[in-house]
Amino acid sequence: MKRFLPLAIRLAVLVLLIVFITEPNVFAPVFKPLTENNAPPIYNQGSLLTLTLLHLRVVLTATVAATIVAVGLAILVTRPSGREFLPLSRSLVNVGQTFPPVAVLALAVPAVGFGQKPTLIALFLYGLLPIFENALTALTTLPNAVMEAARGSGMTNFQRLLRVELPLAFPVILAGIRLSVVIGLATATIGSTVAAKTLGEVIIAGLLSNNIAFVLQGGLIVGALAVLIYDALSGLERLAARRMAPKEEAG
Amino acid sequence: MATIDADAGPQVTARQSWFASRVDKLGVVVALLAAIGALVGPFVTFRENRIVLGEARSIATALPVWAAVLLFVVVALAALVALLRTHAMLRLAASLAAVLALALLVGYAAAYLTPEGNSYARISPAWGFWLLVFDFAILTADSLTRLRLPPLARIGVLVLSACALALVIASGSWDQLSIMKEYAGRADTFWQQAGQHVLLAFGSLAAAVVAGVPLGILCHRVPPVRASVLNVLNILQTIPSIALFGILIAPLGWVAANVPGAAAIGVSGIGTAPAFVALFAYSLLPVVANTVVGLAGVPRAANDAARGMGMTDGQRLMRVEFPLAFPVILTGIRIVLVQNIGLATIAALIGGGGFGVFVFQGIGQTAMDLVLLGAVPTVALAFAAAIVLDALIELSNRTGREGASA
Repeated sequence: MKRFLPLAIRLAVLVLLIVFITEPNVFAPVFKPLTENNAPPIYNQGSLLTLTLLHLRVVLTATVAATIVAVGLAILVTRPSGREFLPLSRSLVNVGQTFPPVAVLALAVPAVGFGQKPTLIALFLYGLLPIFENALTALTTLPNAVMEAARGSGMTNFQRLLRVELPLAFPVILAGIRLSVVIGLATATIGSTVAAKTLGEVIIAGLLSNNIAFVLQGGLIVGALAVLIYDALSGLERLAARRMAPKEEAG
Repeated sequence: MATIDADAGPQVTARQSWFASRVDKLGVVVALLAAIGALVGPFVTFRENRIVLGEARSIATALPVWAAVLLFVVVALAALVALLRTHAMLRLAASLAAVLALALLVGYAAAYLTPEGNSYARISPAWGFWLLVFDFAILTADSLTRLRLPPLARIGVLVLSACALALVIASGSWDQLSIMKEYAGRADTFWQQAGQHVLLAFGSLAAAVVAGVPLGILCHRVPPVRASVLNVLNILQTIPSIALFGILIAPLGWVAANVPGAAAIGVSGIGTAPAFVALFAYSLLPVVANTVVGLAGVPRAANDAARGMGMTDGQRLMRVEFPLAFPVILTGIRIVLVQNIGLATIAALIGGGGFGVFVFQGIGQTAMDLVLLGAVPTVALAFAAAIVLDALIELSNRTGREGASA
């Protein structure tokens, strides 16, 4: 029962979410008390389903790009030839984290214009940091015994990276990706202040027309998405960690 | 043949090691970026007024000959210092000299390009300038890392840089730059919003520490509470900030209308109150979670020793657990402060004020100089807060360890 309950709650949230974004009008009575002056209780300036899909697409694109660049960079600075860049890349990551999302968005506008692009840039930059940090931690703290064994078994540097280092680092890198996805889901809503088509549109429409129902809808969908994706990735991470465990013993 | 081959081998490695021993790898990147920024990138953008598209001016066309030559020489020398393996002190001096030259000459370019008596023309730094500044900032950061400055010295460097910046602004050499023209038009509002921004970011942090640390202690002592509190705070964290700001309008509006005295102390549906509460809510998780982690990391031996000495629970908490957990709690505070300074910009969307006012006004008017007026101080504030707190964390780690060993 104890293990079943959280799963049941998540399933219920997922079903509710899917019903809500496909048939939002079913929930009109729930949101009606929140509106004043006969304002529409359900977002009516576009399809919630489309906005949700666009929202997810922006986050996914940015995360994939961020993962490739961040992991690539982490590999680069942990090789002997890239060691010199390691301390600097650490401090750059620290500095990068102090840039507020709104500032990144606003500053990207003059360079690339309004719309989806500045949001992608902001999400990409924000996504980079947690993934890079985790990949760096994982690659610099690999167990020495395993590395020695890999070297002793005559693997080339490249084989070692592909067959030993990356698989061992995978669960930790995944944790970084999870963090960056959750941050990205929330940050993408801010993208609507520079006219990106995301769920932030629903929230901003609510703020502009003083309609709390809209604000709540946008917020709840993003929140539910974040919780579900966070849980799914955590599950994936545990799976990956469990797969790694016996190998570590063997090594 | 054989002898030549035998000779060639060592020679090649000798040449390689000469290259490796003289040339700095990071310096190659720095010098390359400097070349692109100085030779390819535009130095400033010239516009007839604040919203039309501008035309790019390179260093050579934005400055009188003597100044352009001076800037090229300084940039080239700094790039050379970066390229060769040199002492960290020299690298620091070279990078700072380059940044200073760039800062002063971009202001000079603005004054030089502004037509006499024309108050509509706008001159703003272009990407070549920003690339050069970024490039030499990297070099500064790298040389500071190599110098391994102690925490107090890092704060000292920060204070000195802030003073230098204040001097440059006060000297009036940036007065003709577009961002300063935007500032000149709204100097009063700027400082008012700056105060509001600081109040929102620091005030909500203080409230979160006052509420979060005891909550963290409670979570540490009572495990069943821990899971539920951390779960609720985790879910709170996933609600996007603009939604949380908006959602709070309704309940706070109701409180202001129905609770006597609430409106008198400034509670209202829009403005400061919902922004403050939202920032407070976001701040709780890092503070509570880090308090729990910090307390859990206190060595069992330390606790046992304290119990053996006959300390009460309260004494043990104050004299043993809390001091040992302090660096971890401080790390949580650092996360919250940097995050809050950034998030406080969003408060402007619901009338909460702060630097976000300029950012959103600027986005609305497509006046990017106004956006910069809001964004640059926010970034600077967050950056300074991060440096100061990192230094404090290092200091507290050190005293904690000394205390433990003594």
